[in-house]
Amino acid sequence: MTNAILTGLMLGGMYALTAMGLTLQYGVARIMNLSYGEFLIAAAFASHWLFTGWALSPFLGLALVIPVAFAVSFAVYKLLLTPLVRRARTRDALEVDSILATFGLAFIVQGSMLSLFGGAYYSYSYLAFPVHLLGETIAANRLAALAVTILLGAVLYLALTRTRAGTAVRAVAVDPSAAQLVAIDVARTSALTFALGGALVAAAGVLVSTFLTFSASSGVVFTMKALIIVVMGGIGNILGCVIAGLLLGVSEALVASFVDPGLTLAVNFALFLTVLLVKPAGLFGRATR
Amino acid sequence: MTPRHIATGLVALAALTLLALVPRLVNPYHLALAISLLQYTVLATAWGLFSGPTRYVSLATTAFFGIGAYTVAVLGEVLPWPVVLLIAAALGMVIAALVGLSTLRLSGVHFVIFTFGLAELVRQLVVWFEVNKSRVLGRYVFVDITQSDIYWQLLLLAVATFALGWLIKRSRLGFALRIIGEDETVAAHCGINTTTAKVALFAISATIMTLAGAIMAPRWTYIEPSIAFNPMISFQVLIMALLGGTHRLWGPALGAIPLTLLFELLGARFPNTFTIIFGCIFLLIVYLLPRGVAGLLESLRIKLRGAPSRQVVA
Repeated sequence: MTNAILTGLMLGGMYALTAMGLTLQYGVARIMNLSYGEFLIAAAFASHWLFTGWALSPFLGLALVIPVAFAVSFAVYKLLLTPLVRRARTRDALEVDSILATFGLAFIVQGSMLSLFGGAYYSYSYLAFPVHLLGETIAANRLAALAVTILLGAVLYLALTRTRAGTAVRAVAVDPSAAQLVAIDVARTSALTFALGGALVAAAGVLVSTFLTFSASSGVVFTMKALIIVVMGGIGNILGCVIAGLLLGVSEALVASFVDPGLTLAVNFALFLTVLLVKPAGLFGRATR
Repeated sequence: MTPRHIATGLVALAALTLLALVPRLVNPYHLALAISLLQYTVLATAWGLFSGPTRYVSLATTAFFGIGAYTVAVLGEVLPWPVVLLIAAALGMVIAALVGLSTLRLSGVHFVIFTFGLAELVRQLVVWFEVNKSRVLGRYVFVDITQSDIYWQLLLLAVATFALGWLIKRSRLGFALRIIGEDETVAAHCGINTTTAKVALFAISATIMTLAGAIMAPRWTYIEPSIAFNPMISFQVLIMALLGGTHRLWGPALGAIPLTLLFELLGARFPNTFTIIFGCIFLLIVYLLPRGVAGLLESLRIKLRGAPSRQVVA
């Protein structure tokens, strides 16, 4: 039981991290990014390449991967998504258009990775020794990844709640037109937040790659889990994202060890639907409409 | 009935007769291609039937297609063919109604997320059931159905789909759906039960997709969850409907025909880079043809008729 809960918390921490970037992209920039998981896997491949080719530790690799991912995401927003933002008359229209556009993008990224790396599964061995915690044995790389996750989450939370720029970001998330009235550059804030989300997903990809095997086509699973967590936690809510992620991880681990490992996705959907039916705005979301 | 109506009817009848004769006229390869064309025409039209007026993006096409195919794999040898088809249709309808009732009350994005994973969810449940209960993964489909039979059944399904779409457009349901598509709040204030209307249409569209899957099942002799619930079907149908344009009943078919041929060609010639090409086609359509070919044709027609007459109308 302790083992299952502990595994669940580790898994949940990873889920929370993977969903954090998406909650920013969707909550602030209003882009429902269906190519999210593909970018996560791309960062995982980058980390794999840096580690096996250059013997660079993934945690140092973060310092390289994060700025690159920030720049790439910024470019994607400027080139690919700004035309859609301009074209969209309503928020719903932008949502549909962004779903379709990022969907096409997902195929392009996935196809590129498939032709570069093939369909095989990749992994590398980093910090792969056991650590004893609360009478249970855990791999050190999972623990390290969890520590970095907590650090990133805390920094992000403080930046959003304690700084001027963070306040501007939250203002755009709540009401873009009102934010404009108090001299916030909504277009710029959206672009930068989207890029920040891209940097976060890259960080998640690097961390996940230290303890999980991945392949060019495993992005979809991450997109789906991230979407479910974002909606469950309340769109744009970092704290909700963490709690929803942990909830998902623990329930998955419990079902996997006590019922059947083949039913984890069913658990995800059951949780997702239950939360939505009880609280359509998510666990911590305010009803905006 | 004006002479024009009669003429249209006669042309349609002639075209249908010609289409019905296809299996007698062509070689097996072209028959297989014709079956693919009909399959995607049916699926894309059914997709447009629901997503066109409501503007909900459904990614669950393959979930229903797979349910249909699997019903045949399980029951095909046990029961007579029409009964199997009826059971498949009923299953598709019930599952669609359940999914619709639980997700269509929520905003459109939640629906996208749920349908995005639905095929995967159904696949996992089928795998779980097969491994734990029936202890087989993968089944052989032995039914006495020829390629020509598949073709004719699909043609019949296509005609039924178009007829159904035509009837819905002219019914109270169709009118209600158009208002929902324009503005859901307005629709609710007009006293339209938006959930019932959406769920009903979703169930109709899903039933057609399930039937298409059931009819197509005998084409494979061996079936397993990853074949039946292939997510590419959902994505291809979505992009076909977008290319054609979903605000017209005949729109999705306009997209289904060229793209089926294109994918057939590309899949055979560039199997490794197919995904990249698919993504590029997807982006091109989203950016260049937001209203599809049907929308393009309409704006061309307005232009050809000349600006003056348009001003009079306006």
